[in-house]
Amino acid sequence: MTSNLSRRAVLKGVAGLGAGVTLAGCSAPVLSGLGTGGAAAGSLAYWNLFGGGDGVRMTQMLDAFRAAHPDIDLKAVTLAWGNPYYTKLSLATLGQKPPDVAIAHLTRMKTLVAADLLEELRPEDLARFGITPDKLDRTAWENGLVQGRAYAVPLDTHPFVMFYNTDVCERAGLLDSAGHLVELNSEEAFLDAMRRAREVTGASGGVVSINADTATPWRVFQSLYSQLGGQVLADGGRRVVIDDAKATQVLTFLRKWTADGLFPAAADYQGAIAAFAEGRAGFYFQGEWEISTFQTAKMPFSMTLFPNIYGGGRYAVQADSHTLVIPKRPHRDAARLDRSLLLIRSFLEQSDTWAAGGHVPAWVPFRDSAAYQAMTPQSSYAAAAQGAVYDPDGWYSGSGSNFEIVTGSAISTVLGGQQSPADALAQMRAQLTNLANTASPI
Amino acid sequence: MSTTETAVRPRSAAAPRPGPRRAERIGRPAAAFLAPFLVLYLLFIIGPALYGLVMSFFNTSLVHPGLGSFAGLSNYADALGSADFWSSLWHTIWFTVLTTPPLIVLAFVFALLADRAPRGRWFFRLAFFMPFILPSAVVALIWFFLYTPGLGLIEVGLAKFGLAAPVWLGDPTWAMPALAITTIWWTLGFNFVLYLAGMQEIPRELYEASSIDGASPWQQIRRVTVPLLGRTTTLVAVLQVIASLKVFDQMYLITQGGPNFATRSILQYIYDEGFTNYRTGYAAALSMLFFVIVLAVSAIWFSIVRRQEKEV
Repeated sequence: MTSNLSRRAVLKGVAGLGAGVTLAGCSAPVLSGLGTGGAAAGSLAYWNLFGGGDGVRMTQMLDAFRAAHPDIDLKAVTLAWGNPYYTKLSLATLGQKPPDVAIAHLTRMKTLVAADLLEELRPEDLARFGITPDKLDRTAWENGLVQGRAYAVPLDTHPFVMFYNTDVCERAGLLDSAGHLVELNSEEAFLDAMRRAREVTGASGGVVSINADTATPWRVFQSLYSQLGGQVLADGGRRVVIDDAKATQVLTFLRKWTADGLFPAAADYQGAIAAFAEGRAGFYFQGEWEISTFQTAKMPFSMTLFPNIYGGGRYAVQADSHTLVIPKRPHRDAARLDRSLLLIRSFLEQSDTWAAGGHVPAWVPFRDSAAYQAMTPQSSYAAAAQGAVYDPDGWYSGSGSNFEIVTGSAISTVLGGQQSPADALAQMRAQLTNLANTASPI
Repeated sequence: MSTTETAVRPRSAAAPRPGPRRAERIGRPAAAFLAPFLVLYLLFIIGPALYGLVMSFFNTSLVHPGLGSFAGLSNYADALGSADFWSSLWHTIWFTVLTTPPLIVLAFVFALLADRAPRGRWFFRLAFFMPFILPSAVVALIWFFLYTPGLGLIEVGLAKFGLAAPVWLGDPTWAMPALAITTIWWTLGFNFVLYLAGMQEIPRELYEASSIDGASPWQQIRRVTVPLLGRTTTLVAVLQVIASLKVFDQMYLITQGGPNFATRSILQYIYDEGFTNYRTGYAAALSMLFFVIVLAVSAIWFSIVRRQEKEV
């Protein structure tokens, strides 16, 4: 560098360099994103919220689709589960830059429909790709209809289930001669099994996630409460209709889980997994998706339906479904719609991959196949799909919503021993009433 | 802490140096250099703030374009009548009370120790500042592990001495102190550096002179170090109060506002209403109320500390 180079010249050079780098650095994606169309012909954008084992299997399914359709430029985006995902999906759709296909929980999908963010899936379009109601799980399909119209294709049902340590249960005398778990279909049978399992483990009978987790306490409560036939909300979320007697019965029962030390009164999501994986608890209660965790841990375990404590002849369990939706966008041409439906059909076709992760497939041709029946322990709780109870309708309700946070928080205080069932119930009612009385922003 | 970014900027003010006073007019070249920042400031700070103020008077929804129907003052009335608003505001204040005094006192003590270290001062400086560099997600993971019931390092460690640990994050009474401890560990480094810089500005001759006069080290700290660090303390205190009031990350990541809403901060309540419940108009009103509170607290705090400083 020459010594007589002025400061001004250097500054100018640096500024020029900076501008050049900036433009080069963000050229393709940012500029094309700012453009009007954004997508080249033959492209397909897909959003999902799957992490862990689900994420791995979703990637496999996407790779299979790419291999079968090399002409389609598939862009898949995975975002954080829960509220952040739905916020982004809503905003992208409002901003007219939605993905072509997206995953939505059945219970959240209805709110998106109410906000006019989803494309109606016309029967004739679905039929062109061989997707007809008779080929989809009836409970999931019918629960997903909004005023008789379809806006989502269910991929699965994911019920709350019971994991059990087969070694512990055998030593506790809880397995019959065929190696199946004995029925735990009453409060006493359930608590007795937990006592016997505790004697074997020397620590806890069962374990469930309580701390820093509102979804799990809600799922336990809702499973038992709906076995009693209880409802929480009515009129699309505008009325709180909790049945005090039934709710108190369930909460009193839940208090017994931890009060006598059958369950740890303090366990977070990962801690509960660890307790079960290390054999410090004989039973674990969670959604079926944790199957991969325990398979990886190479521990002796199996899975079955969440116990039917109160249902008698009628089984009920909290569940939701992952569904595939098509967000609204202006000027959608027929080819784009076809590509979207092709992807949806491809996911359904790959239900075997998806079911390996524990989810009960909604695609009847696979669910009724011998291949699925042979898949254990997955097929042992498939009946849960028929007893699936979805979260009640309401603009503030659904998986991961404020509804689950409000109810789950109150229930976790009972499990944690910080509040009596009566106080927790009063708190739940007050907070839900507040939400029910708030004018819907949708 | 969510606000540490804002707190980083005025660092130079920590070691105030009386510069040459010149009454300068902003000339044309200065204006040209300032213009890009001014434009960005107007575009991304003032503009959105005004839009937020307007929004707070409407039933704006996240999922509908436009402002929505006119709400008048009803959003503000709803907020002031909401038990959730008051409880989350209280949680934020409780957190501020729990974190601010230790973050000032401990930072001062550690800075003093590091300043007096005969050698290896760089090591202490690094060691105390290190946690501050960590992203909130990493801090959350570390402390989640420490606090986990049954397995956590703290519980296992205390058990070795026959002590029972509380259920840190599962018990509504303990969750906030637990988060305060996490925050103190994490953010102490920033105040520490401010104090250290301040201490290094104090002329060594003052200490020499006082020791010749027979002052003990304790007297030196009380009569020389503390008074001369008055301005630094003011700055640290004001920045800390504002930073603590704006807490969000660690609570959202570690407890999600639980157990049973015991650690839901006001910012999380605003987030919950705006982004989860789609009620952006209402959330804007909450933000405005909170803005006024932060402004008032800082103003009061500033005036108190300033007055004390004059008396010194």
